[in-house]
Amino acid sequence: MPDPAASNGHPQPSEVMLEFKDVELGFDQHLVLRGVSFRLHRGETKVVFGVAGSGKSVMLKLALGLLQPDHGTITVLGQDITGMAEQELYQLRRNIGMVFQESALFDSLTVEENVAFRLVEEHVSPEEIRERVTEALRFVELEHTLEKFPAQLSGGMRRRVAIARAIITHPEIILYDSPTGGLDPITSTTIVELLIKQRDVYQTSALMVTHRLQDGFTMATHCYDKEKGQMVPVKEGRENTRTSFLILRDGKVIFDGSGQELARSTDEYIREYIS
Amino acid sequence: MPFVDPEEAIKERVLAVQEYSQLSGEAVANLFRKPRYVADMLTQADFIGVGSLPIVILTGLSIGAVLALQTSSTLQQFGVTTLTGQLVSFSMIKEIGPVLTSLMLAGRAATGMASELGSMKVTEQIDAMRALGTDPIKKLITPRVVATVVMLFFLSIISDLFGLFGGYIVAVSLLGISTRQYWTSTYQQLQFADVFQGLIKPFFFGLIISTVGCYYGFSTKGGTQGVGRSTTQAMVAASVLILIFDFFITRFMIGVFGR
Ligand SMILES: Nc1ncnc2c1ncn2[C@@H]1O[C@H](COP(=O)(O)OP(=O)(O)OP(=O)(O)O)[C@@H](O)[C@H]1O
Ligand SMILES: [Mg+2]
Repeated sequence: MPDPAASNGHPQPSEVMLEFKDVELGFDQHLVLRGVSFRLHRGETKVVFGVAGSGKSVMLKLALGLLQPDHGTITVLGQDITGMAEQELYQLRRNIGMVFQESALFDSLTVEENVAFRLVEEHVSPEEIRERVTEALRFVELEHTLEKFPAQLSGGMRRRVAIARAIITHPEIILYDSPTGGLDPITSTTIVELLIKQRDVYQTSALMVTHRLQDGFTMATHCYDKEKGQMVPVKEGRENTRTSFLILRDGKVIFDGSGQELARSTDEYIREYIS
Repeated sequence: MPFVDPEEAIKERVLAVQEYSQLSGEAVANLFRKPRYVADMLTQADFIGVGSLPIVILTGLSIGAVLALQTSSTLQQFGVTTLTGQLVSFSMIKEIGPVLTSLMLAGRAATGMASELGSMKVTEQIDAMRALGTDPIKKLITPRVVATVVMLFFLSIISDLFGLFGGYIVAVSLLGISTRQYWTSTYQQLQFADVFQGLIKPFFFGLIISTVGCYYGFSTKGGTQGVGRSTTQAMVAASVLILIFDFFITRFMIGVFGR
């Protein structure tokens, strides 16, 4: 396992892209999030860990305004989205990409139409759409599947199409919900490499939910090498992948910090979690 | 079965009615807002209109034929079988054409909408659409409402016509009524109020079918089983509402036009 300490310190204090302040949310008397606070800075990738049911997906949906919190405030790109009207949220969401846990591709549309969805909605010209869809699909190495339907793809391919759909407009923030969930280690690595490429080529800020510790550590210890066209380990103490970690437990943030801090943590639960 | 608190149950119903009204109101209000999804409307119109044509023609023909048989046996007692055409056209145009077509469409289109949108709901496709910055009510519900209302209007007319034709076949072949006698009696007594009543009904029924189908689709919870449940509920709710509204519209029309 790579040494998580190789990720190099805190992100520099910079523009806050996304902020949760004391966010609470419950479903039928059952509190899922009980006072979650954190900040995501420009260019930062925050890897979110937590056992199944700890509220990770709910947290991402809150960040998009798909759900509204019971208490607390959520600020996205400088705008307070708590209590914001749905019509205003549609505008704001155009700057955010989301990859759903189960991909959530439109199953009545082809891969091409799925990826092009946002551009069609924005009335981009057909030639440009074609070009950008091909580019986005090439990014995820699926340019030969244009005419296929989601049902004809494997789980890993669907995940990559979902990534292409989320990144096609180069949003400022991307929310990845378990992009490697249920996939074999080799496909998972391909997907993590894509996320690293997206982060390093376009400098996007991201929240990445994952069950696989290894994915998080790979994010923190690798960067994308444009010449080689693949990810390479960062040289110790030289580059900063601006990756931090956040651990949710029982609806609370029990850890929020860099890989080094995570490796040094003495909390028993965290030690057990990362071992 | 677990005990259900009646107060909770009532609250739930009230909330559902409120949500339903809100959703329908917004779907209709979207007609006046951009963007309008014309292509989606045409796709739906094709599915609802053209796709329902065979079943509507079939029911129209057979009901018209049966009506002719039934009424003629009564009319025979008074020796006025020549009025068969008139009774067929009255019942077909004012009542049976619109109601039966709507009930058919409740079985075909409302369930189709509930299951399609319900599957999209449980696989998070609706959330994905919202996440991509598109209003699912505008993109999915409004086109279905428009397509259903417009198509049901024409389907009802088609059903009426085939009903009259079905009655005609029976009248001529089995009842010994002449072609001229039948057709004259069908339109002779027909007034504006009758036709108007027959045409206003599908408008309301179309609204009911589409909004109920879409509402049950959008409020689907709990996986595939939930989709099945909403589909059945959509069919039952739409049919019941059609029958209730039919009574009140008829009563209102009689109040206004006196027939
Ligand atoms: N729409 C909903 N209605 C009711 N309860 C919900 C809903 N969405 C989530 N929950 C509840 O919230 C809790 C957290 O769910 P969430 O999907 O966020 O978990 P998660 O951390 O993403 O888990 P996993 O790692 O398995 O994806 C669960 O207990 C779940 O039952
Ligand atoms: Mg989840």
